[in-house]
Amino acid sequence: MPQIAQILETYASQFFWLMIVFGLVYFTIGHGMLPKVEATMDARNRKIADDLAAAELARAEADDLGDSGEAGLAAARAAAQAKASDAKAKGAKDADARLAKADAEVGVKLAAAEAALSAATAKAMASIETVAADAAADIVAKVSGAKVTPAQAAKAVKAVMSNG
Amino acid sequence: MAGESGKIDPMYQFKIEPLAQLNLAGYDVSFTNSSLFMVLVLGALWVFMAGGMKREMVPGRWQMAVEGVTGFINNMLTANVGPEGKKYVPLVFSLFMFILMANFMGMMPFGIVPGVHPFTITSHLTVTAVLALFSFGTVLVVGFWRHGLHFFSLFVPHGTPWWLLWLIPVIELFSFMIRPFSLALRLFVAMTAGHIMMKVLAGFVINGLNAEAAWVPMIVSFPAFVLMIGITLLELLVCAIQAYVFALLTSLYINDAVNLH
Repeated sequence: MPQIAQILETYASQFFWLMIVFGLVYFTIGHGMLPKVEATMDARNRKIADDLAAAELARAEADDLGDSGEAGLAAARAAAQAKASDAKAKGAKDADARLAKADAEVGVKLAAAEAALSAATAKAMASIETVAADAAADIVAKVSGAKVTPAQAAKAVKAVMSNG
Repeated sequence: MAGESGKIDPMYQFKIEPLAQLNLAGYDVSFTNSSLFMVLVLGALWVFMAGGMKREMVPGRWQMAVEGVTGFINNMLTANVGPEGKKYVPLVFSLFMFILMANFMGMMPFGIVPGVHPFTITSHLTVTAVLALFSFGTVLVVGFWRHGLHFFSLFVPHGTPWWLLWLIPVIELFSFMIRPFSLALRLFVAMTAGHIMMKVLAGFVINGLNAEAAWVPMIVSFPAFVLMIGITLLELLVCAIQAYVFALLTSLYINDAVNLH
C-alpha cells in the first residue's frame, strides 16, 4: 500500500502542498467568493420578501376600496328604494282619492235613479189598482149581473191586494 | 496502470511520483502527482465558483448550482448548530467542496491518455489526516475560546449518575479524542477500497480480453464489464456521500463546541 509504504518520504510534500492548496481554498473561495454568493442569495430572499409584503399591502388596499364601493352601492340602492316606495305611496293615495270621488258621483246618480224607479213603481201600482177595479167590476157584472160601483170595486181590490 | 509483464497492479494508482524536485529547509516538498491533483482540484473549484458569481437576481443554471451547494452547507450548519453556525460556513464549505472535488477528480477518465492516470488525493492518509485535524482543531479552538475550562463539561453529560462519574468522563474523552482518527480513516478507507475494487474489476475485463481461450471474454470480461458500470456508479455515490459525511460530522462536532451538550 503506497499510502503507508511511502509515508515517510512523502508526508512533508503532502503537508506542504495541502496547506498551500487548502489555505487558498479556505481564504479565496471560502472567505472570498462564498460570502458574495451568499450575499446575492440574501439580497434575493430579501427582495422576494419585500415584494410579497408590498403585494399584501396592495391587496389590503384593494380590499378596502372594494368595501367602500360596496357600501356606496348599498346606500344608493336604499335611497332608490325609498324614492320608489314614496312614489308608490303617493300614487296609491291619488288613486284612492279619485276612486272616492267617482264613488260619490256614482252614488248620487244611483240615488236619483232609485228615486225615479220607486216613483215609477208607485205610479204603476196606482194605475194597476184602477185597471184591476175596472176589471173586477166588469167580471162581477158579467158573472152575476150585479152592478158594482167603481168605488166598491176599488175598495174590494184594495182589500184583496193588501191581503195578498 | 499496467505494471511489468502485463500484470495489473491495483495499488499502483496510489503511488506518489515526484514531478519536480523541491527541497525546503531539509524537507522534501517536491511537486508530485498528488500536488498536481490538489492544484487541479483548486482550479476546478475556482472555476465552479467563478461561474456562479454573476450575482444575478434571477440565477442561471450555473449560478443555481453554486447557490444550491452553498445553500446546502448553510442549511446544514443552521440546522445543526443554530444561527451561530453561519460563522463556520466557510470552513465546512471548503472541506466539503475540496473533498467532493478531490473524490470526483480521482474518478475522471484521464487514463484514456496513455501514460496518464487520475490520482485520488483523498485516498491518502496524510491528506485525510490533515483535513480531519482542521476539523478537530476548529472544534478545540472554538470550544476553549468560548467556554474556557468549562469546555471539559462536555465530558460529563447531563444526568450522569454520581456513582458513574468515574467512568463516563473517560468514555466521553475517548470518544472525543477518537474523532479525528475516525474522520481521517473513514474517508481514506472508503476511497482506497473503492478504487482498489474498481481496478481489480477493470483488470478482469482487460486480462479476460487478452486471454488465449476464446470463451474467456464472454464468460469473464463481459459480466465484469457490466458489473464495472454498476460499481463505478456506486463509487460516484460514495464520493458524494463521504464528502457529505465529513461535512456533517464536522458540523455536529462544531455544535458540541459551540453549544456544549
